[in-house]
Amino acid sequence: MIEFLSMSGYAAYVWPSVGLGIALLLLNIHWARRLHGQAKSEARRRLAAGREA
Amino acid sequence: MNWAWFHRFGSPPYFYSVAGKIIPWLAWPAGLLIVAGLWGGIVMAPPDYQQSDAARIMYVHVPAAYVALMSYTVMAIAATVGLIWRMKVAHAAAAACAPIGASFAAVCLLTGMLWGQPMWGTYWAWDPRLVSVLVLFFFFLGYIGLRGAIDDVSRADRTSAVLAIVGFVNVPIIHFSVIWWNSIHQGPSLIRKGGPAMPASMWVPLVLVIFGFTFYFYAVMLMRTRAEVLRRDRGGSWVRDIVAPQEPLP
Repeated sequence: MIEFLSMSGYAAYVWPSVGLGIALLLLNIHWARRLHGQAKSEARRRLAAGREA
Repeated sequence: MNWAWFHRFGSPPYFYSVAGKIIPWLAWPAGLLIVAGLWGGIVMAPPDYQQSDAARIMYVHVPAAYVALMSYTVMAIAATVGLIWRMKVAHAAAAACAPIGASFAAVCLLTGMLWGQPMWGTYWAWDPRLVSVLVLFFFFLGYIGLRGAIDDVSRADRTSAVLAIVGFVNVPIIHFSVIWWNSIHQGPSLIRKGGPAMPASMWVPLVLVIFGFTFYFYAVMLMRTRAEVLRRDRGGSWVRDIVAPQEPLP
């Protein structure tokens, strides 16, 4: 296991790269979901404002 | 050929509904392919005969580079469709591609630096491949910045579309940079004459991650495009059914 994690001495380069890749995938999903949530909230606010007017 | 399907996609409510149904069919294969490919590449594949385990960076770096290029290509095509057919959904799709492409280009550059240090002895070199990918990253940022700087959505669509189309010239430059000029970066090792320059135990996981990232890109691009379409049409009657379906009409 230690041997695998050490990546033949390249652990400091391999694991940050894998981490960056996973972070990239998770963050893009988070950003897209947040954007969709914001668009829905904005539409709801506009709808409510239209009803009040 | 019947182009009715194409024109139907120009309708925001139709696009929003269909895209919502397509996303899970892209997301699940993406997840499975990425997990299988990364497991195969990071855990199962043999170390490279020259670069040893450092070559495993390839399983993130190459798919990220591929998606960054694909993202720009899709953005330029969507921008062209938006300009020619004045299709708002196409402009929304182009706008959705930019942040995804920028993030993939950034990860491509960063993992390339992490790979370059142990192999070349430097994180960065002013090399044609490296510089052309950096330019791609700046084109994405420029596109995002230009859109953000123009308040009028239609004007932002048209102006940023021109930038996306002009910047497409960089895509073939990136691809051929390692062939046209002397480059520290290695040449094509997957798609080339005589087959891949590595055994199947190495290239199969790589292909799995590339396909996984591709499915992932289209899933996230559709998610962002749906949000963009909703934001643009927030006053539309169809949006009311989505954001407040249970409330009675005024």
